[in-house]
Amino acid sequence: MRALPWAYLIAAFVFIYLPVGALVLFSFQAGGLPVPPFEGPSLRWYAEITGDRDLMEALGNSLLVALGSSFVAVVLGFLAAYGLARHVLPGSALIRGLLIAPLTVSYLIVGLGLLIVLTRTGVGLSLVTAGIGHVVINLPLAFAIIYASMGAQQQNAERAARDLGAGEAQVIWLVTVPMLAPAIAAAFFLSVTLSWDEFIIAFLLTRFDVTLPVEIWSLLRSGLSPRLNAIGSLVFLVSVTVVLILEILIFRRKS
Amino acid sequence: MTAPVTLRGLNHWFGPFHALQDIELSIEAGEYVTLLGPSGCGKTTLLSVLGGFIEPTEGRVEIGGRDMTRVAPAKRPTTTMFQDYALFPHMTLRDNVGFGLRMAGMGRGERHRRAESFLDLVGLADAAGKRPHELSGGQRQRVALARALAVEPDVLLLDEPLGALDLKLRRAMQDELKAIQRKVGTTFVHVTHDQEEAMAIADRIVVMNAGRIEDHGPPARIYREPATLFAADFMGEMNHIPARGTGTATETPFGLLARAVQGRAVACIRPEALGTTEAALCIGAAIVRDAAFFGTHVRAHLVPEKAPDLTLTAHLPPASLPAPGESLTLWADPDAFRVYALED
Repeated sequence: MRALPWAYLIAAFVFIYLPVGALVLFSFQAGGLPVPPFEGPSLRWYAEITGDRDLMEALGNSLLVALGSSFVAVVLGFLAAYGLARHVLPGSALIRGLLIAPLTVSYLIVGLGLLIVLTRTGVGLSLVTAGIGHVVINLPLAFAIIYASMGAQQQNAERAARDLGAGEAQVIWLVTVPMLAPAIAAAFFLSVTLSWDEFIIAFLLTRFDVTLPVEIWSLLRSGLSPRLNAIGSLVFLVSVTVVLILEILIFRRKS
Repeated sequence: MTAPVTLRGLNHWFGPFHALQDIELSIEAGEYVTLLGPSGCGKTTLLSVLGGFIEPTEGRVEIGGRDMTRVAPAKRPTTTMFQDYALFPHMTLRDNVGFGLRMAGMGRGERHRRAESFLDLVGLADAAGKRPHELSGGQRQRVALARALAVEPDVLLLDEPLGALDLKLRRAMQDELKAIQRKVGTTFVHVTHDQEEAMAIADRIVVMNAGRIEDHGPPARIYREPATLFAADFMGEMNHIPARGTGTATETPFGLLARAVQGRAVACIRPEALGTTEAALCIGAAIVRDAAFFGTHVRAHLVPEKAPDLTLTAHLPPASLPAPGESLTLWADPDAFRVYALED
């Protein structure tokens, strides 16, 4: 009977990781097609993609959009959480609801809505507009994470800081932000991974400079190639690294 | 540094709840005052008004002769030591204690030197590089004290500072707080619900109940001659003896007391003021209901023959433990009685 739980566990992980494993494995394929039999290993395709100017540019763009939009989302989310946790406002439950509601809206709707607004107002599509889209989807998450970790402990420390002569900006910068650092970092890294992988909004809201998922999509149209596996593996590596940083820096320290 | 505090005509409402009622109080520079009362009596509200965290609905707060009623906490010459200490967990003790100095714009070197000297004052000089989570409750309490004192406030406000400590540590910290207050000379206003703590530490006790000041004065005076029945009961155990005022004197089951009250009244006497050695007033024979040994005294419940409905509590000398059913003759000094008229 003991074998059954183990079999289930293994099956579940195979189900989750087999596609990723296959992708990574065939990125080391020496031949021209990412299908069995496996020939290699070879770094041929990695050499090719790192030499591809468009791809590397897209990778840089993706990083820029992920870091920039996450920074903006976390700053706005923190300020909203601080305001709502520390002040009694009329209709604050409604405001909280409205801040979190975009989580339930599909990325397609968010992207289309922004696209309509942006084209109507004559703002050209660029990395900035893709970044705005990512702020829209990441702000609710950042707000929810930071708001949930604001408690009486920080509030008392803030009161003590004010009593000792700190101004409002000093209270936030020297007391609240450091005390909430784990939650703020968690919100930031989560936003980075979501923005890094995001395709629909980036596809709709970029034009000449594109992010990596959009670039990969355009490559896909010319058929399967181990190049795509190699790019996919790189993208996966970055995501894993960010999640590991999150795990080690934040969740490990808490326990 | 130190300064006097004057409160005039303070009234505060939380919605319909009248939390502070006509508070008039003068505190001298360098005085150690405790605000004593049960929970909900308004003592913490009063402290928050002093610290600037609550703006009173009516009245005036003067610190060092200047009107501070509407001045923000940061701009007042007061600091507060909070009940849960509210230390900054991400800073070392040195940075915690130096925080107020940093806000005042003091340079790093001078600030660290001052912070360390205040840590030294509370006996934590060698822990300056530690963080609050590495400390025990008593040590955190000392850091909070050092942090509040480091900015050299005129008035230090302490909100139940010893509430989270165990009894033994609390008694030790009382002595230390008092010693530190003597050394720095700052005016201390200390909120507590523990009357022993208040008596141990204060130059003057302010007894509060239901938003009012019931009595204020030196501990011995408040204990021996409390102004109101509430203050009498709150400061320690009291025997209540029903009495009747004749206008010129007070009649009790045990004889006449020379106190001029009118109508229904209650005569009060502390358990330790009842004794078996002869004194001016004879309570008469009383039957021991039970008695227990307390080390410094024997605590006994007795039923007096002159008033069999009453049970008196007496603290008798510890040399002998009376047996239940034994008859003792009790005596008291008539001056030890306090008489309070009751409203009909």
